[in-house]
Amino acid sequence: MEDLISLAVKAIFVENLALSFFLGMCTFIAVSKKISTAIGLGISVMVVQAITVPANNLILTYLLAPGALAWAGFGDVDLTFLGLISYIGVIAALVQILEMVLDKYFPPLYNALGVFLPLITVNCAILGGSLFMVERGYDFSESVTYGVSSGFGWALAITAMAGVREKLKYSDIPDGLQGLGITFITAGLMAMAFMSFSGVKL
Amino acid sequence: MAHKRRAMLIDPLVDNNPITLQVLGICSALAVTSSLKVAFVMAIAVTLVTGFSSMFISMIRNQIPASIRIIVQMVIIASLVIVVDQLLKAFAYEISKTLSVFVGLIITNCIVMGRAEAFAMKNPPLDSFIDGVGNGLGYGLILMMVGVIRELFGSGSLFGVTILETVNNGGWYVPNGMLLLPPSAFFIIGLLIWGFRTWKPGQVEDREFRIQTVEAH
Repeated sequence: MEDLISLAVKAIFVENLALSFFLGMCTFIAVSKKISTAIGLGISVMVVQAITVPANNLILTYLLAPGALAWAGFGDVDLTFLGLISYIGVIAALVQILEMVLDKYFPPLYNALGVFLPLITVNCAILGGSLFMVERGYDFSESVTYGVSSGFGWALAITAMAGVREKLKYSDIPDGLQGLGITFITAGLMAMAFMSFSGVKL
Repeated sequence: MAHKRRAMLIDPLVDNNPITLQVLGICSALAVTSSLKVAFVMAIAVTLVTGFSSMFISMIRNQIPASIRIIVQMVIIASLVIVVDQLLKAFAYEISKTLSVFVGLIITNCIVMGRAEAFAMKNPPLDSFIDGVGNGLGYGLILMMVGVIRELFGSGSLFGVTILETVNNGGWYVPNGMLLLPPSAFFIIGLLIWGFRTWKPGQVEDREFRIQTVEAH
């Protein structure tokens, strides 16, 4: 249990997907102009991340890893090279299913998140989360924790960024830095602030 | 025609750069630039994937049904990325370790998808290939610029060859460790964008909010 908590803290603060691995930057920069939309996108990322990372973990353990197909009688087959294409397929399919389920059973939530869901398929934070899960060899419970907490970390970062940018638009910024330039520099300062968590251990 | 193709190749380098103007593919641009060698390999990988995926998508663009085009594009891109990933693992294992997940993330790199969607779906294969390579080079250019700054001033070397002898090795240069850490990439790209936009004022974004000037009475 303690490992899981420390893994969660690490994924939220120390190894924040957005600010220390730069994942999901395109959407991070493009959709952080208003706090309300940023929160909506942040929550969608968290939900999708919490589903896809464990799902990909199952795919890896029972279909792709060397010897994983032993239950089907193919004990010596190693399909890990198909990893990338399977993960992105799982992500695209799950996002699509999630969209349909939300539309059918939770219309208010669908109306709030609907526009962001298609964007999430091509959000590198989602694929990145799954790839980190594979690379670090997380087991199922670890991958659930990692999925939820890394999604939460991303949501936290984009919400904070949107808060800063809402204030920032009233500042007198040099012409060339307007918009994209100053956003990058702000993100850099935030990344520095998040780096101060790096000594924290539970 | 030849002139137009040359323009397509050169245009994305500065005038329509995927990173500084179209805001595409920033994720990996920041992450892999702490050493020049890695940035160089990444730039080549992205250029190849963008070029060939644009070409293949353009070849079958009339056969792809509009409703599932994203999935089809995804499959083509993912297959190419798998090829690149396997090649890197076979011939440059050390570099593929440093790049870790970022090779796989070329799939979701917005440049590849963006060019497939915006250009390759409407244009013939050769043009699409050139457009893809051009955009890959534009991306590579920024990557190399950031990589040169970070490696030269962060660890005093270029491509692993020592240029500025660091204090630790008995030289005179005190390396700026900050440049090897993630936040510096944000600052460098921010400043590069500032530079690009001062050079080409047409790229400056409009202000959302004008500060009112109060006249003295």
